[in-house]
Amino acid sequence: MSRIRIRFTKRGKVRFTSHRDVARIWERTLRRVELPVARSQGFSPRPKLHFGLALSTGHESDAEFLDVDLVDGASVDLDTLPARLTAALPGGLAATAAAEVDPSAPSLQHAVTSSRWEIEVLDLDLPTLQARAEALLAAPELVMVRQRKGKDVTDDVRPHLFTLQPTTPLDGGALLVAELGTLGRALRPSELLTLLGEEAREGKVCRTHQFTEHDGTRSEPLAAPTDGPPPRAAATAAALADRPSPAPHAEARAS
Amino acid sequence: MSSVWPRLEPILPRVAKPARYIGGEDGAQTPEHHPAKVAWLLGYPDTYEIGLPNQGLQILYEILNERADAVAERTYAPWSDLEAELRAHDVPLFSVDTHRPASDFDILAFNISAELTYTNVLAMVDLAGAPVRSADRCVDDLFIGAGGHCTYNPEPIAAFLDFVVLGDGEEAVGEISEALAAWKARRAAGDEVTRLDALVALAGVTGVYVPALYEADQDADGRLLGTRSVHPAAPDEVEKRTITDLGEWPYPKNQLVPLTEVVHDRLNVEVFRGCTRGCRFCQAGMITRPVRERPADQVRTMVADGLRRTGYDEVALTSLSTADFSGIEAVVGGIVDGDVPSRPDDDGGQGPGTSLDCGGGMGGLASDISVSLPSLRVDAFTVGIAAEIQRARRTGLTFAPEGGTWRMRQVINKLISEDDLFGAVESAYSQGWRRMKLYFLIGLPTETDEDTLGIATLARKVVEIGRRHHKNPSVTISIGGFVPKPFTPFQWFGQNTREELARKVGLLRDELRRDRGVALKWHDPKATTVEGIMSRGDRRLAPVIEDVWRHGGTFQEWSEHFDLQLWLDALDRNGLTVEELVYRHRLEDEALPWDHLSAGLHKDFLWQDWRDALDEVGLEDCRWTPCYDCGACTGYGIEHVVASAVPPAGGSQGTGRPTAVPVTLGSRPMATTS
Repeated sequence: MSRIRIRFTKRGKVRFTSHRDVARIWERTLRRVELPVARSQGFSPRPKLHFGLALSTGHESDAEFLDVDLVDGASVDLDTLPARLTAALPGGLAATAAAEVDPSAPSLQHAVTSSRWEIEVLDLDLPTLQARAEALLAAPELVMVRQRKGKDVTDDVRPHLFTLQPTTPLDGGALLVAELGTLGRALRPSELLTLLGEEAREGKVCRTHQFTEHDGTRSEPLAAPTDGPPPRAAATAAALADRPSPAPHAEARAS
Repeated sequence: MSSVWPRLEPILPRVAKPARYIGGEDGAQTPEHHPAKVAWLLGYPDTYEIGLPNQGLQILYEILNERADAVAERTYAPWSDLEAELRAHDVPLFSVDTHRPASDFDILAFNISAELTYTNVLAMVDLAGAPVRSADRCVDDLFIGAGGHCTYNPEPIAAFLDFVVLGDGEEAVGEISEALAAWKARRAAGDEVTRLDALVALAGVTGVYVPALYEADQDADGRLLGTRSVHPAAPDEVEKRTITDLGEWPYPKNQLVPLTEVVHDRLNVEVFRGCTRGCRFCQAGMITRPVRERPADQVRTMVADGLRRTGYDEVALTSLSTADFSGIEAVVGGIVDGDVPSRPDDDGGQGPGTSLDCGGGMGGLASDISVSLPSLRVDAFTVGIAAEIQRARRTGLTFAPEGGTWRMRQVINKLISEDDLFGAVESAYSQGWRRMKLYFLIGLPTETDEDTLGIATLARKVVEIGRRHHKNPSVTISIGGFVPKPFTPFQWFGQNTREELARKVGLLRDELRRDRGVALKWHDPKATTVEGIMSRGDRRLAPVIEDVWRHGGTFQEWSEHFDLQLWLDALDRNGLTVEELVYRHRLEDEALPWDHLSAGLHKDFLWQDWRDALDEVGLEDCRWTPCYDCGACTGYGIEHVVASAVPPAGGSQGTGRPTAVPVTLGSRPMATTS
C-alpha cells in the first residue's frame, strides 16, 4: 500500500464549511478524478483518508493536509495531480502540492506540533495589541478554563504560545501572526482572542503553516509550492524566517 | 450587480451551520440578469438541508436558465438565528447563487410540499420585502407563486399567492415567463400597465390558478358553498399540467452537489412519474397520474453521467413504487456491475499512467456504487437484487405495510398478505439485514383497535423471523397519523382527533412495552392535527396562518419550534374550530375548497372508490388491466407510457392474489410522505 499526502488551501466563501463537510467534499473529489483510493473492509467500507488537524468553521487556511491510502499497485502522476484535484474541487478549495509519504510515519494529527495563524484583531489598535501580546509572552503561566467535549477543563495554555507577532496588514487595522502549539489540548485562535481582552473581536483568521518537528528539525508536512499566494502582510515574511522562541516550559506540552 | 454578501459575511460566523447560506454547489449557476428577462427566485420554505435536494426545484432551475427570456436563482428559509440577524441588520432575503436581494427578482416561487411550511412562506415573503397579502402588493412588488403537491388545495394560502401552478411545471414555467416578459416589455415601453394585467395574463396559462380572480361563497355559518371565477380570463376550472413524455425532459442534467450535508445526499434519477397502484390514502399516487416512464437507456445515461460528474457513490432511482419500472432488474444490475455507457474519451482529464487498476469507464467505480430504491415493492426478485445493490453499505430495510390487518389493507387498497410480508422479511434477514423498519398509518377509515393492535402482532412476528437468523434483530415500528388529502378517495373522511390518535399510540406502547427488539416511534398527533387543518382547509384560514406567523410560529415542522397552542389560539381568534375543519366527515354534495381545480380525476370516480373502500373492495392497477376511467388519461388525451405490458414479478395488488410488499432501501417511502 502506498500513501500520498495532499496540501490544500481553503479560502473565501467555502471557509464556512465544516471540517466534516470538507471531508465529504474530498471523498467526492477523489472519486471524480478516479484516484484509486483504498477502502476499509467490513459492512460499511469507507475510503481510507486521514485528515490533519481540524480547521474551525469560518477560518481560512493555506496549509491543510490530507493523507490518502491507495490500493496496492496503484501509481499516480503526482505532478499533475494537484491541478486535476483543483479542477474537481469546489471554488475556494485548491490542492497546492502532492507527494508520496511513508505509510508507517506518524499520522498528521500526531506529527504536527504547531500551527501558524494570521488573526485579524478587530476593535483593538496596534499599540494595545502589541502591549497585550508582550504581556502574554512574559507571563510564566496562563491558566484558563475551556470547554472540551462538553466539560470545563482548566489548563495552563502558556506552553502553547510559541510566538506572537502583532503587525499591520496592507489594508490597515491590526493583525496578529501567532504560532500556537497543537499537541495535547491545543490553544485555538478564538481562545487566544479571549486572552487578549474582552474588547478584542475576531476578524478573518487564516492558518498559514503547520509544523512538525523531527530530531530538532522543523518542517512542514508538505511544503507549499514556491510560487504560492503572496503573504498578506509585509511583516509576515520576516516573521516566517524567525525561529520560534519556545515557551519557558515548552517541554511540558508534549505530555 | 447588487449583492448582500458584504453585509451577510460578518453575520455568518455567528449563526449555526453557515455553509447553508454560501451557495457554491457544483451545478450552481450565475445567470446574467437583464431587464428584459423574467428573473425567478425559486424558494423552498424550509432549511437548505431539506430544500436543496428537492428535484422539482432543481428541474425548474435548469429549465429556466436555459431559456433566453428568463433567469433563475434559489433561496431557502433562513434558520431562526439568521432570520433574527437579517432583520436586526436590515438585510433582505437573498439568493444563494449570487447573493442578490430578493427585490432584484420578478418572481418568488415556492415549492410547497408540506402544510407545516406555510408560515415559513410568509416569513420569506416578508423578508423579501413584499407585502404578505397578494391584495396589498403593487406594480413594483414581487409576484409570489407556488407549486408542488400542497398546492392542489392552495385555498388556505390563496390570499398570499399571486399564482399557483397545478401539476408538472416543466412547460408551465416557460409559458409564465413569456406572459410576464410581455407584460414587462409593455411596461418598459411606457404603457400604462397594472398588476392586474399581469395576473390576467398569468391566468391565461393552462395550469395556472390566480386566486385573486376567484371568490369563495359561504353560507351563514361560514361553510363553503363554492368557489367561482369572477373574471373572464379565469377559467371556471383550472386543469393541472401533465407532461406526456418524461424522456423529453432529462432534468436535472447537472444535479446540484452541496458543500454541506443535506438530506438525500446522493445522485437522484427520476425513473418514472405517476403511480396507478391506487392506494387510497396516497395523494401523490392520485394527482401524478398517469404513469410516464423514462426510457431505460436514458436512465442509464443519466446515472452514468451523474455519478461521474458529481463523485457521489450512491444513486437513488426515484419514483413511486420503483420496482414497477419496466426492466428495473436490468437497470439496477447494470449500475451495480458498472455496465453503463462508457465515458467518452476526454484527452484533458486523464493522461496515460495517471491512474491504474481502474480499467477505464466505470470499472473502478462500480463496486463502490450503491443503489437506493425508495419505495420498492419486495418479492423474491427484489430482495435478491437488494442484497446485490446494498453490498457496499448494508444499513436498514424499510417496509410499508401501512395497515395492521388484512381488513385494514383492503380498505386502503394496499393488498399485501401477511405471507408476502413475512416472506420478504425472511429473505431480507437471510441476506444479512438485521434492522427492519415498518411504516404504518393509524387513524385510517373504519380502523378498529383490532387493526391498530395488528401492527404490534406483525412487529412481533417479524422479530421472531429475525431471531432465526440473528441474535438480536431489531424492528422499528414507525407510526404516522393519517391526514386525509384532497383529490383522494379519503378526501371526505373525518380525520381522527388528536386524542384518538394519542390513544392509539398509547395502545401500541402498552402492547409493545415488554417486547425486546421492537422500538416504537410515532409522529406527534398534535402536528398531525395542524396538518389536517390546512390539508382540506379553505380561505378562512388565511388570517389564521398569518396570525400564527405573526406570533413567531415558523419552522412548525421542526419539533423544537412546533406549537399547537399558537394554532388553537389563532383558530379561536378567527371563530374557527378543529372539529369543523379537521375532524368532521364531509358530505357527498358538499362543496370542497378545491372543486374549482382539477387533478384530472373525476369526482364520481373518487366517490365510488371511497364507497368501495368502506365495502373493503380492492381495485387493481389499471396499468396492466382495463381502464376505470378515473379521468387522468382520458381527460387529456394521453396514455400511460409503460415499456412493459405485464406487471413485475409478484403480480399486482388489489387482487387478493399472493403479491408484493413495498419496501424502501434506506429512506422513507414516498407514498407515505405525501
